[in-house]
Amino acid sequence: MNSTEQATERQSAIRRLLDHDITYSFFRSKVTVIAGIVTLIYFIATLFAPIIAPYDPFDLSTVDLLDSQIPPAWMANGDPRFVLGTDDQGRDLFSAILYGSRVSISVGFVSVAFAATLGIFLGLVSGYFGGRIDAVIMRIAEVQLTFPAILIALLIDGVARGVFGELDREQYAFWILAFAIGLSFWVQYARTVRASTLVEKNKEYVQAARVIGIPSLVIMVRHVLPNVLGPVLVIATINLALAIVLEATLSFLGVGVPATQPSLGTLIRIGNNFLFSGEWWIAIFPGLVLAVLVLAVNLLGDWLRDALNPKLR
Amino acid sequence: MITFILRRVMQAFVVMLVVALLAFTMFRYVGDPINQMVGVETSAEQKEALRDRLGLNDPIVEQFFHFIADAAQFDFGVSYQFKQPVSELILTRMPATLELSLVSAFLALAIGIPMGVYTGLKREAWLSKIFLTVSLIGISLPTFFIGILLIFIFSVNLQWLPSFGRGEVVTLWGSWTTGLLTESGLKAIILPSITLGLFQMTLIMRLVRAEMLEVIRTDYIKFARARGLPDRSVHFRHALKNTLVPVITITGLQLGSIIAFAIITETVFQWPGMGLLFLQAVQNVDIPIMAAYLLLTAFLFIIINLVVDILYFVIDPRLRVERSGL
Repeated sequence: MNSTEQATERQSAIRRLLDHDITYSFFRSKVTVIAGIVTLIYFIATLFAPIIAPYDPFDLSTVDLLDSQIPPAWMANGDPRFVLGTDDQGRDLFSAILYGSRVSISVGFVSVAFAATLGIFLGLVSGYFGGRIDAVIMRIAEVQLTFPAILIALLIDGVARGVFGELDREQYAFWILAFAIGLSFWVQYARTVRASTLVEKNKEYVQAARVIGIPSLVIMVRHVLPNVLGPVLVIATINLALAIVLEATLSFLGVGVPATQPSLGTLIRIGNNFLFSGEWWIAIFPGLVLAVLVLAVNLLGDWLRDALNPKLR
Repeated sequence: MITFILRRVMQAFVVMLVVALLAFTMFRYVGDPINQMVGVETSAEQKEALRDRLGLNDPIVEQFFHFIADAAQFDFGVSYQFKQPVSELILTRMPATLELSLVSAFLALAIGIPMGVYTGLKREAWLSKIFLTVSLIGISLPTFFIGILLIFIFSVNLQWLPSFGRGEVVTLWGSWTTGLLTESGLKAIILPSITLGLFQMTLIMRLVRAEMLEVIRTDYIKFARARGLPDRSVHFRHALKNTLVPVITITGLQLGSIIAFAIITETVFQWPGMGLLFLQAVQNVDIPIMAAYLLLTAFLFIIINLVVDILYFVIDPRLRVERSGL
């Protein structure tokens, strides 16, 4: 294959993508496009946080206590070196927010990945095998569904504190948090995947695969799984927003990531102590950044749900 | 009907048993209860004696039954950090949480339903669009940040309302304290209840709106209009009434999550309720309080679920016919 052929091939692939219903519905709604752009900016900014941020908030040698609690640059007493001002320890708030979003978004992604993997696996097993396994898994799911996610995450965190002890916990805090959040979200995936699997497993291609003796595990992963992933994507997007909020909430409550590695929630928690002494920016800016991020991801999730729903086409 | 209720009660019972098992496992295996109770200088023999006296050397199944029997009598042991019986701690804190939750639920319903009806009937009005945008923001803003914003605006800048505590409380019968009868108490509950109720309010508004849009298209509404009934009568006596079944269900189920979300609101506003107690317990690994809170909220949630299920059955005649036909 020569290079012109490759180029045309690539072009047609791009055109196919552009012609696709989903792409069309994306560009048709202005709100969705804006939400997409905002989300993209967030991802790029957090990915390249070390390059974009003017200071490294974790490098103690650049932090000067004399710079603490400087208001944003445009206010009286502001300092042009610190666009959004500084916190109580003299850290540049803008840099801290960039690094904080990084922690928030990573916890969000890891916990959603964990919840999705666990939920998809249990949903597939439950739907494909049915019978007693199905009954047990779905009963557990029902019990868990009666409890709000925040309560489950708090309980898991509390138990982890007891098991690991305070020192070890700081070290694993990120993973414990992602695990706690992930574990409180798996039910939705499991129920959705189970429902689609129940439909798919009676279709001819699965029957055919079974007749020629392909092992169940292979059928589930290679044949059924790709056909049940559509709704999972919608849940995952909406869950990402929920997971980010939950992480921020737990960090705000003081049971999330340790203060040495602050997420947006931790920053708000720190800033909350200074709200009454007039240093409002320490809490309000991270809060607004968090709110915009969650709103953008939520809007994307809403769009994806409508775009993938054949009833609304 | 009776078989249905009985089956649901049986299920609830099993769920409760599972939760109790979880709480018991936590209680028994996370950390050593004995080390938490005694000082550093206690000798090994004394510890062993205490262990024996508390029944921690009994067979594990027996211990579990003791645990359940105690819990059923509202005895959850002694808190590690406060050295007081857990049930006492919870009882003194419960009125604050329940009061806050009920006021928020009431606010959510009293504001959410009219807003839902309005946005459902006048889809194109600019006010509806504002309501919908605000509701989207309400869903996206984390609860704790709403609280901080409210404190920032109404307590720090305008200095209208207090930012923490319950204000002055008066004691009603027994140990039940209420802040709803004093001026400072009423002022103190405004911001926390708005914070807690905002999410539920937007949820109820969207639900009522969706249901209204659906009901308004049905034949009986068209017929009511054709009969020349006034708009008000059509909208409220015929349409709204039929949207209320799902609203009741969701509100009931949301009451559970209001109690859970109270943890966040209580922390932001330093509201002396059960949620704050639970959070302190999580931070200090105070397992008896955690276990008790888990059991109590589970019990509440399950009761609410059960009542909602049965209510649903009672309210909606269609369900009854289908079930009895089976």
